[in-house]
Amino acid sequence: MKRQKNLKTLIYHGSIWVLGLFMIYPILWTIASSLKPENEIFRNAASLIPSEIRWGNYLQGWEGFGDLSFATFFINSTFVTTMVVIGTLLSSTLVAFGFARVNFRFRMPLFVCMIITLMLPQQVTLIPQYILFHKLGWVNTYLPLIVPAFIGGIPFFIFLMIQFIRGIPRELDEAAYMDGCSTFGIFWRVILPLTTPALATVAIFSFYWTWDDFMTPLVYLNDTKLYTVALGLQMFSDPASLSAWGPMFAMSVASIIPQLLVFLFFQKYLVEGITAGGVKG
Amino acid sequence: MPEQADVAKYNSKSDKLHKQWKVDLIGFAFIAPWLIGFLGFIIGPMIASLYFSFTNYDLLSSPTWIGLDNYINMFTNDSRFWQAIKVTFIFVFGSVPLKLAFALFVAMLFNTKRRGVGLYRTLYYVPSILGGSVAIAVVWKQLFGRDGAINDILSLFGIPSVSWVTSPDFALSTLIILVVWQFGSPMLIFLAGLKAIPAELYEAAAVDGASPLHQFIKITIPMLSPVIFFNLVMQTIQGFMAFTQSFLITEGGPMDRTLFYAVYLYEKAFAHFDMGYASALAWILLLICGIFTAFIFRTAKSWVYYESEGGK
Repeated sequence: MKRQKNLKTLIYHGSIWVLGLFMIYPILWTIASSLKPENEIFRNAASLIPSEIRWGNYLQGWEGFGDLSFATFFINSTFVTTMVVIGTLLSSTLVAFGFARVNFRFRMPLFVCMIITLMLPQQVTLIPQYILFHKLGWVNTYLPLIVPAFIGGIPFFIFLMIQFIRGIPRELDEAAYMDGCSTFGIFWRVILPLTTPALATVAIFSFYWTWDDFMTPLVYLNDTKLYTVALGLQMFSDPASLSAWGPMFAMSVASIIPQLLVFLFFQKYLVEGITAGGVKG
Repeated sequence: MPEQADVAKYNSKSDKLHKQWKVDLIGFAFIAPWLIGFLGFIIGPMIASLYFSFTNYDLLSSPTWIGLDNYINMFTNDSRFWQAIKVTFIFVFGSVPLKLAFALFVAMLFNTKRRGVGLYRTLYYVPSILGGSVAIAVVWKQLFGRDGAINDILSLFGIPSVSWVTSPDFALSTLIILVVWQFGSPMLIFLAGLKAIPAELYEAAAVDGASPLHQFIKITIPMLSPVIFFNLVMQTIQGFMAFTQSFLITEGGPMDRTLFYAVYLYEKAFAHFDMGYASALAWILLLICGIFTAFIFRTAKSWVYYESEGGK
């Protein structure tokens, strides 16, 4: 009986490891390729072990090409991402509190509108938004990337925050109200401190989506000096200008390092956030 | 005394109205960021795009009204439009069920109290957080290239090499494999749903002699149906919007075999600057997504089980 149980455990862990290797292989392969000498990347393609480790790929890649180093792209991406995260946190908490706790008129129809926009394909608003930003003279600036975040650009985050705030007992609001707290005071002093886990989730996801985002910068940024990491990497990997595979893979790895670090440090919030948002939804 | 009572009543009523007015003001102040964005960046642009879809507009000269021409052209004259529809449908119908099935399978593997499950869950989630990045798209292209690692591995099993990315027969499948590989988010949602199913249900079923397959069909699926529904809607919409994979990995090719709808729309708008036609394309996409979402919601009544409503 015990032996049979052991065998079962062995099969369980064994199959998960085998499947897990397939899952993680492309990422390991990228890291391995970024350290391989040029001629080895496609000769021993499946192998994950470089014959010698070439850190030089990273230096060469970081230099970029022409007068553009990857440092520029990283600074640009960091700026855009930071602004978007701040904007998202500000707007989604304010709006969520309004929907979850204030009984104003037209609350329900407006809430329904918000839920509908949750399912609106991005492409539908892309063209008129482009025309609008073009008319405002915002094309080739960071404004089209940043401003939408400050005005509740991604309804999913508002929705997530609403779900979370609904879970906080209303008695807390009432007690604060009795003590003479204003509505904003309730938001600022009672609700906001209690929503920290949800705020962390929103911050992490908005970091990911902005860092990853390719389409929006592609549409709005023409000047290569303004390029984000995503665009820089795409330019770098362009077959027409590509001369060096090793440095290209090195920069691919560099571009995902911030994401991996965030994942390592905050995975608890990431996993909790996605399950909370999904199940209650 | 009746007058006095009336006055008091009137006062309290106006007080109430006054208060409601104040509450409205506070409420709107809180939701103002979203409301401004909604009116200015969503509703406004959508109305504008509906108008543009009936015009010829190149962004430089002002739009000229051409009525239904864009739509008529699209349906009768534009074979690439139909190709884009076909490709997108194959992509959505191919990737979404596979992705959800895989997500559910892995979630069930992880729904135990064995050692190391936390680590496994993390390991399996990593591809999903990186999956949308340009880095992964760039890598995928090489991994599935003729000299890529996938061919090397397959040759160990005696399978001849194929240039996955540039072969008309395999390019779309290569992109489907990529999105199925990123099954992490639906997996976590399934996992949370599985944990919420009371263990007693399974215990009772086991006592009655139900097989694991039977338990899966009779307990797991119905109890999980709201979560399946949520994942289905979200993944379907995401599938219709897919862009980066095709744009970067296969560049829509070969021979338009991976021309995703979003890629075609982007091309029309930002390579040809045919904003009128692109707007019409966008509205058709909205219509398709709307029909699909409505269809899923419609059928949901017959298969989504909500405990609070006491069953179907």
